[in-house]
Amino acid sequence: MDGNALTGGFADAPVQSAHAFRAALNALARPGRIERISGAEAPAPVSPAAATLLLTLCDAETPLHLAGDHDKQPVRDWIAFHIGAPLVGRSHAMFALGTWPALTPLDAFPVGTPEYPDRSTTLIVEMDALAATGARLTGPGIETEAHLALPDIAPFRANHARFPLGLDSLFTAGDRIAGLPRSTNVEAG
Amino acid sequence: MTDQAYNFAYLDEQTKRMIRRAILKGVAIPGYQVPFASREMPMPYGWGTGGVQVSAACLTPSDTFKVIDQGADDTTNAVSIRKFFERTAQVATTEHTAEATVIQTRHRIPEAPLGEDQILVYQVPIPEPLRFLEPRETETRKMHSLEEYGLMHVKLYEDIARHGHIATSYAYPVKVEGRYVMDPSPIPKFDNPKLEMAAIQLFGAGREQRIYAIPPYTRVVSLDFEDHPFDPSKADHPCDLCGADHTYLDEVIVDDAGGRMFVCSDTDYCAGRQAAGHRGRLSEEDAA
Repeated sequence: MDGNALTGGFADAPVQSAHAFRAALNALARPGRIERISGAEAPAPVSPAAATLLLTLCDAETPLHLAGDHDKQPVRDWIAFHIGAPLVGRSHAMFALGTWPALTPLDAFPVGTPEYPDRSTTLIVEMDALAATGARLTGPGIETEAHLALPDIAPFRANHARFPLGLDSLFTAGDRIAGLPRSTNVEAG
Repeated sequence: MTDQAYNFAYLDEQTKRMIRRAILKGVAIPGYQVPFASREMPMPYGWGTGGVQVSAACLTPSDTFKVIDQGADDTTNAVSIRKFFERTAQVATTEHTAEATVIQTRHRIPEAPLGEDQILVYQVPIPEPLRFLEPRETETRKMHSLEEYGLMHVKLYEDIARHGHIATSYAYPVKVEGRYVMDPSPIPKFDNPKLEMAAIQLFGAGREQRIYAIPPYTRVVSLDFEDHPFDPSKADHPCDLCGADHTYLDEVIVDDAGGRMFVCSDTDYCAGRQAAGHRGRLSEEDAA
């Protein structure tokens, strides 16, 4: 473990995590809206937004899956020191972190059960950039329609078709975050 | 003055993370009751411990916090919860609906429309709308999973058979986004149409350990029948203090001779109207 694993946490955890949670709540409650979220720095390739989300939502009670390039030793060390989340395979993940190509296919992630649809994975999808263009979003949290540049369309349509089961996604890029819950209907923009 | 003996907003960080995860799942599945590990709070169950825990998980120091109990800012429950967060978090508090960013409520939705930058937190006693029809949690959970809500319509039908109309006047069941039947907490059915709003609505039931949510602009339909459509009724009077004929009213007995008055249950809305010059039947300058 090198020294980087010990840095990059919150300086004032209660206040910074409260602001970060409000950004995440706004993002998920208003799909397509891009919020700012920052405060934490994790080793590359984890974005500040994703690092802040991990510190805000994850702890020793939340099994976490690291996909693709995000599954490397400096990141594992940082998570071990700051969060303590058990690192698991897809089928046991409460949260999953990675780029879209690394996270797909989504089949192995738990989507909840009919009686407990909340027992499903939340995906933290690292993006190059977030933009309010492209795919057309409608549903809860959206007054008429919203647009968000998604990495794909079909998997999100299939995910929505299973409602109330399904995965919920938070997209991160730099210090920005956007949300796409399973309740959102996605169409090609 | 913040009490340094407590963590910001009273709860420890691990508890807040757990509550925040439950809130996010609730937002993703509108109307579905997410189980959460409700904590002991320094107030008894039934005094808003669910709402307090949800508020504690949401508040930031830059928020302005308002608490209402049956529409009023100045009742015991509202005053003590407001003081609780003044002491344990650095939040500003207000009685004005428009100035608040987080509003915790017991049994009312404010009369003034809420905006996009606001969060409404409900205190919920019994989150399960089917509980008085089916006492077993295992069964109600199955009924929600199968979307088996016939029993609720039978209950409303029995109301009509016995009373000639749907007699349920508060905690009137709603269907959220065409999927989950939800208890909107014991708000008067007059408030049900307001459940479709621009603000985020979060519901916390402390004793029953459930959190649920309605994201902004979500479709919320009060259950009814074609020949007995939903009727958001209220007392057929104007407010005796501000003259409003479009607000939910409390009936107050004012003497031993059966005298009574009707006043807005939303104290801030009523005071705002009076300040703007609106007068009712018993306004002071008329009575003097």
